[in-house]
Amino acid sequence: MRFLFKTTYVQDIRLVKHGGQAFWYGLLVLALLASPWLLSDYWLAQLTFVLIYAVVGLGLMLLSGYTGLFSLGHAAFLGVGAYTEAALGNAGWPFPLSFAAAALISAAAGVVVGLPALRVKGIYLAIATLAFGFIVVEVFARWESVTGGNAGKHLKAPSAFGWSADDDVSFYFVCLVVAIGATFAILNLLRSPTGRAFVAIRDSEVSAQSMGIHLAYYKTLSFAISAALAGVGGALYAHKLKFISPDQFDIIQSIDLVLMIVVGGIGSVHGAFLGAIFLITMPQVIALAKDVLPAVIGQAPGLQGAVYGFVLIGFVLFEPLGLYGRWLKLRTYLQIFPFYRRGMFKRQKSFLKSDRLK
Amino acid sequence: MQALQIVISGMAQGCIYGLIALGLVLIYKTTETVSFAHGELMMLGAFAGFALMTLLGWPFWLAMLATIAVLALFGFGLERIVIRPILGQPAFSLVMLTIGIGYAARGLVTMIPGIGTETHTLPVPYKDQTWNVGGLVLNVEQMVVIAATAVLSAVLYAMFRYSKIGIAMQASSQNQLAAYYMGIPVKRLNALVWGLAAAVAAIAGVLLAPITFVYANMGFIGLKAMPAAVVGGFGSLPGALVGGLVIGVVEALSGFYLPEGFKDVAPYVVVLIMLVVRPNGLFGEKLRKKV
Repeated sequence: MRFLFKTTYVQDIRLVKHGGQAFWYGLLVLALLASPWLLSDYWLAQLTFVLIYAVVGLGLMLLSGYTGLFSLGHAAFLGVGAYTEAALGNAGWPFPLSFAAAALISAAAGVVVGLPALRVKGIYLAIATLAFGFIVVEVFARWESVTGGNAGKHLKAPSAFGWSADDDVSFYFVCLVVAIGATFAILNLLRSPTGRAFVAIRDSEVSAQSMGIHLAYYKTLSFAISAALAGVGGALYAHKLKFISPDQFDIIQSIDLVLMIVVGGIGSVHGAFLGAIFLITMPQVIALAKDVLPAVIGQAPGLQGAVYGFVLIGFVLFEPLGLYGRWLKLRTYLQIFPFYRRGMFKRQKSFLKSDRLK
Repeated sequence: MQALQIVISGMAQGCIYGLIALGLVLIYKTTETVSFAHGELMMLGAFAGFALMTLLGWPFWLAMLATIAVLALFGFGLERIVIRPILGQPAFSLVMLTIGIGYAARGLVTMIPGIGTETHTLPVPYKDQTWNVGGLVLNVEQMVVIAATAVLSAVLYAMFRYSKIGIAMQASSQNQLAAYYMGIPVKRLNALVWGLAAAVAAIAGVLLAPITFVYANMGFIGLKAMPAAVVGGFGSLPGALVGGLVIGVVEALSGFYLPEGFKDVAPYVVVLIMLVVRPNGLFGEKLRKKV
C-alpha cells in the first residue's frame, strides 16, 4: 500500500510520481534493451513493429485522445513520412536529415489538414480527414516520378556518415530510441501549458476559449505534432518493410490506427503502446486460432475482419477506456483490496447532448 | 450530346450516392450519429435480395419487399442490441461502433462459404434494357434508380414535415432530453429510425446491384455517400439527394474531361472545398451555441 502525500503542486506535474514507477519503467527499459538477445528474430521483428505503431499511436492519441479531434485519414501522414524518407534516403541523404525532413513535411501536411479543422467540428472533421486520406493515396499512386506509383518503391537501409542500420538488431535500437524519445516528448508536452490547452479544448471549446486559449493556433499545433509523429512512424515503417506501395496507406490502415488507440484506451499514453501490442499480436492470435477452429470458420477469408469488428464493438460497449482502463480497474482492485465496489468506474446514463450547438 | 449523356449517367450514379446518403441523413437527423456501417447495411440488403431471388427463386417484387422488411428488422435489432447501450456517449464512440459493425458485417458475409467471396448478378426484370430518347441512350437500370430516389426522398421529406412521428423525430434530434420530457419515447424512436434507415439502405442495395454486381466489398461505396451528405448539408433530406447528384455529376465529368485518377478523388475534393467554403452544406441549418 502506497500513500502519496502531496505537499507542493510540483508533485502533480512530476514525470515520475513515485519510486515504484521509476522501478517498473526502468525494468521495462532494461528488458527492451536486452530483448535482441532474449527474443528470436521473428519476435524481435514483431517488437519493432509494436514500437513503430506505438509512435504513430502516440501522435494519434495526442490528436484524438487529448485534443478531441477526429482523424480518419491518419495513414496519409504515415504515407507522407514513408515516401519522404524513401525519396530522400534513396537520394543519398544521411538518415537523421531525411528522418527530420519526413517529420517536417508530414507536419506541414498536418497543418494543411488542420486548416479546415478550424471551421468544422466533430464528424465533419472526420469526413474532411477521410477525404484528405483518399486524395493523398491517389497522389501516391499517380505521382510516379517520386513515389513509383502502384508498382511501389524499394528502400535502402538507413545510413549516415559511414554508419548503417542494415541488420535487424541495429534497426530495432533505432526504433527503440525513437519510441522512447517520442514518449518522453509527449509526456513532457502533456504536462506543459500547451498540453493542458489541448485537454481544455477537448473538454470544452467554449470554456477553453474563454480562458484565453487561441483555438486556431492550438488545434493546428495539435494536428502538426500528431502528423509529425505519424510521419516519423511512417519513415521507420518504410525502412522496416523495405518496400512501400500506396495501398499500405489507405482507409483500412487509417481505421486500423484508430482501432489501435480505441482498443488501447483513448486518452492515455499507455493506450498507444497497449493498442500497438494488440494490433500486432491480433493477426498472430487469429492465425493460431485458425488451426483450432473447424475449417468452415477457421479457413474463411473474412475471419480477421469479423474478429476486428466484434473486438471493436465489444470495447466500445463494455470497456470504453480500452485495455488501459481494464488495467486501471485491475490495479485499483488489487490496491484497495478488499474494498473494490462494482460501480466505481460506472458510466453515467444520459441522453445525447446535441453536438450541432457546440 | 455526349456531355448530356455523361451528365445523365453521372446523375444515375449520383442518385445511388443520394440514396445511401438519405439513410445517413435520416440517422443523423434524429440520433446525431454518423453511421459508417451504412454501406455495409446496403451490402447486406443486396445479399438478402440475391439470396431470396436466386437461391430461393422468389419473384422480383416479393423478394424486394421481403428484403426491405428483413433489413428493417435488422436495423431495428441492431439499434436495440448494440447502439442503445451507449446512448448519450460521445459521438466518437458511436463512430467507432458503426465502423466495428461495418467490419463485422463485411467479415461475416465474406465468411459464408461459396457465396461470400464471389461476385453475383441480381436477376432483375429490367436488366440490360435501354431506351432511346432523341439520340440519348438511357439505361433503364439507371432510370429506375433515379425515379426510385426521387419518390423515396419525397416520401421521407413529407413524413418528416407532416406526420406526427416525423415531427417527433425532429424534436428528438434537437434535444433528446427535452423531447423525452414532452412524452416522446426517444429510445423507441431511435430504433424506428435505424429500422427505416436500414430499409432505405436495402432499397439502395437492390437498386445498385444490377449496375455494380453484388459482392462483399460493395459497401465501400458508402464512403462516397458521406461527401454527398456533407455537400447537401448533413441534416437535410433533399440536400442528401442534391449532394448525391452533385457528387455523381462531378465524378462523371471529371472522369471524362480530366486525366486518369481525378475521377476517384473528385468527390473528396468537392467535399473538402465545401467544408472550407460552406461547412453547413447547401441546405444545412446554421446553428450556433449560445453561452
